[in-house]
Amino acid sequence: MSASASKDSPEQAEFRQHCRSWLAANRPPDPTVRLPLSALEIMTTEQLGYLQAWQKSAYDAGMVGCDYPLAVGGGGRKDCQRIANEEMLSARTPYFPNIIGLGMAAPTVFYHGQEALKQRLLPRLFSGEDIWCQGFSEPGAGSDLASVQTFAERKGDRWVINGHKVWTSLAHFAEWMILLLRTDKSHKYDGLSYFVVPIRSALGRGVTVRPLIKITGETGFNEVIFDNLEVEDSFRLDELGKGWQVAMTTLLHERGAGELQTPRAGGLKNKGSHATTAHNLVEFARGTERDGRPAAEDPLLRDRMMQQLISEVGLAQNQRRARVPALQDHPMRLPLQNKLLASEISQDTAALALEVAGASASLYLEDGNAPAGGQWQLAYMNSYGMTIAAGTSEVQRNILGERVLGLAKSK
Amino acid sequence: MAQPDNFGFGEEAALLKASARKFFTDKFPTSRLHALVAGDHRPERGSQCLWDRELWQQMVDLGWTMLAVPEACGGVGMPAVAVAGLAEELGRAAFPCPLLGTINATYVLAACAGGAAALAEIAEGKSASLAITDHSGSWSPGAGDVSCAGGKLNGTAWYVQDARKADRLLVSARSGSGLGLYWVASNAAGVTLHPDTIVDLTRDQAHISFAGVTATEVSADGLAALEQALPAIWTVLAADMVGAAEWQLQTTVDYVGTRQQFDRPLGFFQAVKHPLVNVMLQIDQAKSLVYNAACAIDSEPGRAGQYAHMAKASASEAAAFASSRSVQLHGGIGFTWECFVHLYFKRQKHSQLLWGDAAWHRARLADIVIGPLARTGA
Repeated sequence: MSASASKDSPEQAEFRQHCRSWLAANRPPDPTVRLPLSALEIMTTEQLGYLQAWQKSAYDAGMVGCDYPLAVGGGGRKDCQRIANEEMLSARTPYFPNIIGLGMAAPTVFYHGQEALKQRLLPRLFSGEDIWCQGFSEPGAGSDLASVQTFAERKGDRWVINGHKVWTSLAHFAEWMILLLRTDKSHKYDGLSYFVVPIRSALGRGVTVRPLIKITGETGFNEVIFDNLEVEDSFRLDELGKGWQVAMTTLLHERGAGELQTPRAGGLKNKGSHATTAHNLVEFARGTERDGRPAAEDPLLRDRMMQQLISEVGLAQNQRRARVPALQDHPMRLPLQNKLLASEISQDTAALALEVAGASASLYLEDGNAPAGGQWQLAYMNSYGMTIAAGTSEVQRNILGERVLGLAKSK
Repeated sequence: MAQPDNFGFGEEAALLKASARKFFTDKFPTSRLHALVAGDHRPERGSQCLWDRELWQQMVDLGWTMLAVPEACGGVGMPAVAVAGLAEELGRAAFPCPLLGTINATYVLAACAGGAAALAEIAEGKSASLAITDHSGSWSPGAGDVSCAGGKLNGTAWYVQDARKADRLLVSARSGSGLGLYWVASNAAGVTLHPDTIVDLTRDQAHISFAGVTATEVSADGLAALEQALPAIWTVLAADMVGAAEWQLQTTVDYVGTRQQFDRPLGFFQAVKHPLVNVMLQIDQAKSLVYNAACAIDSEPGRAGQYAHMAKASASEAAAFASSRSVQLHGGIGFTWECFVHLYFKRQKHSQLLWGDAAWHRARLADIVIGPLARTGA
């Protein structure tokens, strides 16, 4: 029995057993296509199809949306998603493709949507049949998210939407989008409203999705242009003018600090995939020659690799301590650090790997001599996606300084 | 993983930590610390040993000095996570006393075949300090300038912490069979304390010479006992540093929330706000690593060494950064003797180097994680 299992309530223990036996008997088949690092880089329908089939089977087995009520397609359990996640991770399953749906759209729709809307949308979100994307950022609204200009004009019981969203991961596969837009131009925060919008069915009729190319050369996210798209008023979440408050629910869950645990699977070893961890960095340094000796014997590199390892273990132990109330003075202090630390630590680890690689760090993915197939270079460049997305590191530091330390607001 | 999810930090440990916080807040606010230790600012003031013996006696009466002493020896036998919680609160108060030294001696004695009688003395309220460091300040166990022959100690131990506050000394000395550990009263015949003049106002330090001192051997294999106890020594000190860093953070946050410049509180400016957030990030990682290491000492001893290296390295970095920002962000007033931040600045500088600085611990961590590296002169 694992240490975490020993703390289970009777309900959790029974559920854990269910997950274990189901996973033992129903391992998904090995993928026939190469999977990307995460769901955010899904590029082909073959990749998507494989991952959707896996999410559907996990949902049917009760391991997705466990803590949501039965009425909205959830499992009706209490504090069980964490259990399912632990078991799926240790079974090294594939990850879920509907990452924005599960992590951001679901809690937002659940806390702010009308009952009928929840019952309609959430079951197909949990099962992965409907992929979701997020329409927040715009060319003129990044860190200052509340300055979004995409506008919805009222037309009877419908709204007409015009505007331009960017960095929209998975929009090329998404049925639905969570959309932050403006319904009143005279108030900055109170002029925002929040909608769920069917985009796939409107492609070519008011919605255009175009890929954006990342600095790595890969695609994966998009820009989405709304040109007189009409939607029903029933797709609005919460009241008119409450969009900012609704968006906070989304962002809190995106940063791993929300009330509802995000269903999470993963751990499947994929040929060519490469986790940016200190352990992998040390292995890389062992196999990299510098001046006739392994780089792992260079005292300066050793010191810096240990700095990365210590930060990484420190973050993992933060997450453990976040569940021990007696060892914290402020309940949001550790959860709000998660995204900031995880993204910066992995960026620094990848940067150090390039120093370990030395001259060969100049070689990229398709070069036969590129160390580790060029994966460290790819990871390093991609890491900037993580320190910029979901609120840049600078915005995260403002939030921590203001909400946790109580310093004066910088805006 | 053999460790419990909650670090084994149970109700008793939480209660102890909360009552220690209240004890120091009520009885020893920083203004009292300043009045007690900062009376003489002159660099030529020489060596000082200023502390509140009455409050120390209250701590002894509360049983805090014998927390780690096994029940069989008359102690409380609390787990290391509980001891770390107490040390964190001690650091937050920067309370001058021989608690850390007494805890250190406790962990070493608990690893000694003949430590029971000495442990019983600690359980009765005796304080102690380790005298195991040589003139070069090597933190590797087994370095030392003291030897033992015919039951008599001769030589000098350096960098002995809170030496003038300690009733007993646990001395390492080379003997015919290797490295022995010896239990000596600090006022025994032949023991001479030479107080050092140090930067840290919240501690005292001395080098101690032994001239034919009769001592009780508590272990003939001192190296093994020290190796076993060092993870706890590093972890408890790291806990003290984390607590002190929390004081530095909170005090600086309070100051930049009230001090106005350019018609705004200083904390409005991101050049001030972001460094303070970075201090918090470093403190939290160090704190989490401290409880992880303490929990390993209690329930996963095979990994205690590497986790304690992480904790002390991380706490040393956090302490250095918290210290630097606390003085800098207080501006001009932070550079004065009357402002309290220098008391913690100096305690943290002292703690950083004590029992190995960050780089020292990372080098040893690398030996464990990557594999040993031939190191000259270590």
